[in-house]
Amino acid sequence: MNEMSPLHKRTVRTPDASPVNLSRRGFLGASLGALVLGVSLTPGGRALAQGAAPAIVPGTRVNAYIQIQPDSTVLFRSAFIEGGQGIFTAMAQIVGEELDVDPTQFVVACAPPGPDYTLIGGLRFTGGSMSVRMSYETMRKLGAAARRMLLEAAATQWKVPIAALTTQPGRVIHAASKRSIAYGDLAKAAAALPVPSNVPLRSRKDFRWIGKPVARIDIRDKSTGKATYAIDLKVDAMLYGAVQHGARLGMEPDALSNEDQVKAMPGVHSVHRLPGAVAVLASSWWRARRAVETLEITWTEAAPGSTVRVMPADYSSEAHLDDLKAHTGDGLAFETHGAVGPALAGAARIVEASYDAPHLAHAQLEPPSAIARFNADGTLEVWAPNQAPEMFQADAAKVAGIAPEKVILHSPILGGFFGRHFLYQSANPYPQAIQLAKAAGRPVKLVWTREEEFLRDALRPMGVARFRAGLDASGMPVALSAVAIGEGATGRWFGRTVDKVDSSAVEGIAGKVYAIANRRVGQIHVDDPAIIGFWRSVGHSMNDFFYETFFDEMADAGKQDPYELRRRLLADSPRHRKLIEAVADLSGGWKRGPFTADDGTRRARGVAMASPFGSEVATIVEVSLKDGEVVVHHVWVAIDPGSIVNPAIIEAQVNSAVALGLSSALLEEVIYENGVPRARNYDGYPILPPDRMPKVHVRIVESGAPMGGIGEPGLPGVPPAVVNAASVLTGKRIRSLPLSRTSLADAAG
Amino acid sequence: MDITINGQLHQLDIEPDTPLLWVLRDELGMTGTKYGCGLAQCGACTVLVDGQATRSCVTPLEAVAGSQVMTIEAVTQDPVGQKVVDAWVAQQVAQCGYCQSGQVMAATALLKQTPKPSDEDIAAAMINLCRCGTYNAIAAAVRHAAQA
Ligand code: FES
Ligand code: FES
Repeated sequence: MNEMSPLHKRTVRTPDASPVNLSRRGFLGASLGALVLGVSLTPGGRALAQGAAPAIVPGTRVNAYIQIQPDSTVLFRSAFIEGGQGIFTAMAQIVGEELDVDPTQFVVACAPPGPDYTLIGGLRFTGGSMSVRMSYETMRKLGAAARRMLLEAAATQWKVPIAALTTQPGRVIHAASKRSIAYGDLAKAAAALPVPSNVPLRSRKDFRWIGKPVARIDIRDKSTGKATYAIDLKVDAMLYGAVQHGARLGMEPDALSNEDQVKAMPGVHSVHRLPGAVAVLASSWWRARRAVETLEITWTEAAPGSTVRVMPADYSSEAHLDDLKAHTGDGLAFETHGAVGPALAGAARIVEASYDAPHLAHAQLEPPSAIARFNADGTLEVWAPNQAPEMFQADAAKVAGIAPEKVILHSPILGGFFGRHFLYQSANPYPQAIQLAKAAGRPVKLVWTREEEFLRDALRPMGVARFRAGLDASGMPVALSAVAIGEGATGRWFGRTVDKVDSSAVEGIAGKVYAIANRRVGQIHVDDPAIIGFWRSVGHSMNDFFYETFFDEMADAGKQDPYELRRRLLADSPRHRKLIEAVADLSGGWKRGPFTADDGTRRARGVAMASPFGSEVATIVEVSLKDGEVVVHHVWVAIDPGSIVNPAIIEAQVNSAVALGLSSALLEEVIYENGVPRARNYDGYPILPPDRMPKVHVRIVESGAPMGGIGEPGLPGVPPAVVNAASVLTGKRIRSLPLSRTSLADAAG
Repeated sequence: MDITINGQLHQLDIEPDTPLLWVLRDELGMTGTKYGCGLAQCGACTVLVDGQATRSCVTPLEAVAGSQVMTIEAVTQDPVGQKVVDAWVAQQVAQCGYCQSGQVMAATALLKQTPKPSDEDIAAAMINLCRCGTYNAIAAAVRHAAQA
């Protein structure tokens, strides 16, 4: 989910936004009201919410979130899913701080679908780096309310005034009588009390866990193989399923010439035709996979009028890129300041350049899977990796032809996601699992091979951007016109309005912080024939690369140092100026190079800034060249998320975002030929290996601005900083990613 | 076929060319060893076969008959493995965690053979992929374990 998506804008940021927008009503509206009934919420099993209960205010009903066990550990239902970003730990810190329970005493799992958990402006998804910043206050209040309920229960039990009671982690204390009681012994009585409102919160100076590098609560399980992902789950009597998809999206299976032979293979239960795929069910997944890959399938074109998106047989990445580049004009305006036309006309010098970036795969390490089981009571249970439980529940219901409240959705932790597990047509395995479970009359666990995953992933869109800048006689930029060409993921999945720009297509070209008096950002929409999706930092993942590398072109044309030019254009923006100076300081002082390092290599540095997901980021990178490739030695990142919850997790997330950003800059591109992606595994789609990981240095700056995101913001500055540095060494601008496309020669020979 | 996993003998009646990974995961319910690529590309499926880090997704069952297989499930029963796990916790290595069983096993194999590895030894042995980019933390944890 990108930061400026219509959902975000209309339901979260804008105070007068309509409470429900139409696309949301479309996928959620039908499911919510009835769900409450299906969920047993209290520790004692008594459902607090009955049929005609008043509207639920998300994030307020303590028992929907917190279940204190007899041993005083806290079972916490998180509205957000854990996929490596540390959200379960952050929730334990935030809630534990107010509840007065040590985060180590938390056991956290993703909450089921339901109105209690729609914390993002009435919606729920894990994305847009929004989880903590959208729920921070609400979760603190929830923890404080729960603590208050425990105090009330103790006051009643001991017949003392509540004011005479305090807590220490996990216990209520009555100092006067030297009595204390564990939370676990009060939990049942406390859960039956009404939820108090306006309970005072702890003051920041008393925080013990918020703002501290608290250890992640899931580390030991994840270091010993005990953490359980969707792919690890098992239900009784299940069959294992494997699929073979039509290589080109939209093709349908026709004849299966050796079906009988395949049915006779060991362990094979049955062979099934699915929309766009053939599946085999067997007694083990390996048997199912081997069988389905043995099938000889004739594929036919989609029937006319097919509702599936059909990939044209002549589609190639190269031709699509040419098509994007061939679009001329300034596009539909998204952001304008001043008058860019006259300013360009009056400029002493014009700088122009065009940039491009390819489709990218998520390549998260856990291949997608799903389990579907129809229960005797008419419910359908689905276990599926997902970032948006209510949306998946509603869609699963549609696939199964039952009411949404009959779908029980489980959301296991994710083996990486980066935007992979939203609802994307043809990219999620659970519809196939449901169809197979129905056909077989037994539970089915479907696992996609890595090869099927590369075939059906939802890709980061391909993009092109063209820039034209006007410099004055002293080399200062006075006008900047940019146009982004392509399609945004938000428009694809949440509805695009023809006369409006999809912000996910321009974010990172729009929303820049430099004081250039006259500027215009436009967009030309071109349908992307591929299935596109959200990829860590969404539009920023390429747009900041386009903008920040063009920035250095402007600087060079105006004979200015790129760091100093940025500083000058941030003169009136203290927050950003401080940040860029912080990263320069972290790197030991700005120097562009080229310079010779201690090991004799010739090196250079590049700088870039980005403003993604409510946070501000400044990045400096140091590179050298070796055998035509860029070697990245150091990445320095100064990040200002306003205020923070866990500095250790922030540092880990910045490392992670740097790795992914670098991987995209150096290596990654999905290449289609004849409508089919060329790479089907990591051998054809290399991702950053350990020996190309640079040293990463992080400085967190807490400006006190409203809390920003953490999961994605470290990424967008990396590709432009790398390319800016590399361009210093090559003496030539590089305008196309990934760098592996080009053999880079040092200008100094 | 008889195979020994974590010191325990299992008699299995499965096609002998089934990859060890799927025997562990589906037949024996030991899901700590992960499937990432099935093609010896990522290392998520790393186990120890007679002490050597081995990619179980491309290792047929018949190839390990008579060998000692150690998986992540038994890692803390091994003194070196225990040190590695403690270092992984101390360095807070894991993010999504999906690759980490394989990383821990690769580190355990390294330290069993080379108790005091150089940075070059670490770079040569720790070649498994991590999409979450925990590489610096992994290297730090291996150094930490070597000093423990
Ligand atoms: S699953 Fe074996 S190396 Fe990737
Ligand atoms: S921790 Fe996620 S793949 Fe390594």
